[in-house]
Amino acid sequence: MAKVAAKPVRIVVAKVGLDGHDRGVKVVARALRDAGYEVIYTGLRQTPEMVVDAALQEDAQVIGLSIHSGAHMTLFPAVVDELKRRDATDIVVFGGGIIPDDDIAALKKRGVAEIFTPGTPLQEIVDWLRKRFPEQTRKP
Amino acid sequence: MRALARAITLVERRDPGVRELEEALRTGAKSPGVAGFTGAPGTGKSTLVDAVIAFLRNQGSSVAVLATDPNSPFTGGAILGDRIRMQRHALDGKVFIRSMGARGHLGGLSLATREAIRLLGAFGFDQVILETVGVGQSELEVAAVADTTVVVLTPNLGDSVQMIKAGILEIADVFAVNKSDIDGHARVVAELRTMMNMAPKTPWRPPIVPTIATRGDEEDAGLAERLLRDGTPYRTAEEILDRTDN
Ligand code: B12
Ligand SMILES: Nc1nc2c(ncn2[C@@H]2O[C@H](COP(=O)(O)OP(=O)(O)O)[C@@H](O)[C@H]2O)c(=O)[nH]1
Ligand SMILES: [Mg+2]
Repeated sequence: MAKVAAKPVRIVVAKVGLDGHDRGVKVVARALRDAGYEVIYTGLRQTPEMVVDAALQEDAQVIGLSIHSGAHMTLFPAVVDELKRRDATDIVVFGGGIIPDDDIAALKKRGVAEIFTPGTPLQEIVDWLRKRFPEQTRKP
Repeated sequence: MRALARAITLVERRDPGVRELEEALRTGAKSPGVAGFTGAPGTGKSTLVDAVIAFLRNQGSSVAVLATDPNSPFTGGAILGDRIRMQRHALDGKVFIRSMGARGHLGGLSLATREAIRLLGAFGFDQVILETVGVGQSELEVAAVADTTVVVLTPNLGDSVQMIKAGILEIADVFAVNKSDIDGHARVVAELRTMMNMAPKTPWRPPIVPTIATRGDEEDAGLAERLLRDGTPYRTAEEILDRTDN
């Protein structure tokens, strides 16, 4: 029988903006599934409003954004602000894609929890989540 | 909306606290109409559900979708991807879409489905649409929960006949032969007719509706109307279970 955690962490994963690079996000989604998370993949061309709305309906604890278009300095903060507007700042925002180091520091100040850039081993992403949500993760 | 989403999480987790909440909500709550879509993976269930949402919204109903996908038996994790096909309804406040992991429950739905439907009714939703896991073998549960069960088949799937053998024929209120833009759809319709003619006579002969779910808007009205009207509830869960037992 499935060894499903009693309270699996739910993660809404999305590509925001005009950006068709979906290889990375799909690889990450699979890795998160394999680590025991419930991943809700919402697909390409999402707006910050759509992502937040999906996270609320899905009662997700985490939003994972994937951005390769260069628009990360607009889109990540837009999602953080939309969460504020919807009174849902408890939802953790993290992500990855093509994002320069300087921008990562700025985004963290704007409320993004973590960013993973190309070449990051998938295990590193999983380990980060495990540390962030230790109580809700299935014991291996 | 967040309260509803949270409540569904509690029933998914089988949290005892949810009883109280449900009792509190039950007063005055109506029970929504429930349509269920089942069929093998990739047959177009989510895309059909998307079209049916559009139809029901045009009629003025509020619509909630409970879309189930399997959890990995090895890790317990899941990728829940049905929502992708329904994104055009994303910011419609009268559409609520919830993806559920089956979390090891067999039968094609989440164990929490019935309670989630009750909650959706309490929160005022007129219609609920269920989408099953789509393994295609043991998913008869949907018929016991839904007023109308739509079984989705497609050409070139190879397993359409197998599905019928697995008891899916008995639970269908309506057959959607989706992807009717692809060669071979006429053969699926013919096969279905033959199967039905060989089966014992029943009071309800499920209509066979050819659909092209990807056609979107223009398709919505006719398709959904036939799927839901033709399959109007006509029997109780007990009758269905009786029939699937033998
Ligand atoms: C493959 C590729 C494409 C493919 C995409 C196929 C697809 N379906 O994904 C195609 C050929 C279509 C393409 C097109 C374009 N591309 Co391109 N593409 C790449 C390339 C070579 C690799 C991307 C990739 O798939 N990597 C493999 C995956 C596994 O890695 P990843 O996505 O980075 O993901 C990792 C992390 O970033 C992170 N991560 C990513 N997402 C998420 C999400 C979460 C939640 C988390 C936690 C982590 C995470 O974890 C992953 C694992 O380590 C990159 C260059 C590069 N080296 O990155 C350029 C690149 C991304 N592309 C680029 C450009 C400019 C384009 C085009 C605009 C080119 C053009 N002028 O037409 C178009 C735009 C297309 C579109 N509609 O958006 C630029 C972007 C520049 C920028 N933003 O500053 C890059 C960086 C190339 C360059 N050096 O200029 N591209
Ligand atoms: N050609 C064609 N493709 C379709 C049709 N309906 C759905 N599809 C495609 O079939 C694939 C699976 O659809 P989806 O709705 O996700 O199927 P599900 O797994 O049963 O929910 C998608 O790529 C759809 O675009 C149709 O009527 N015709
Ligand atoms: Mg589906």
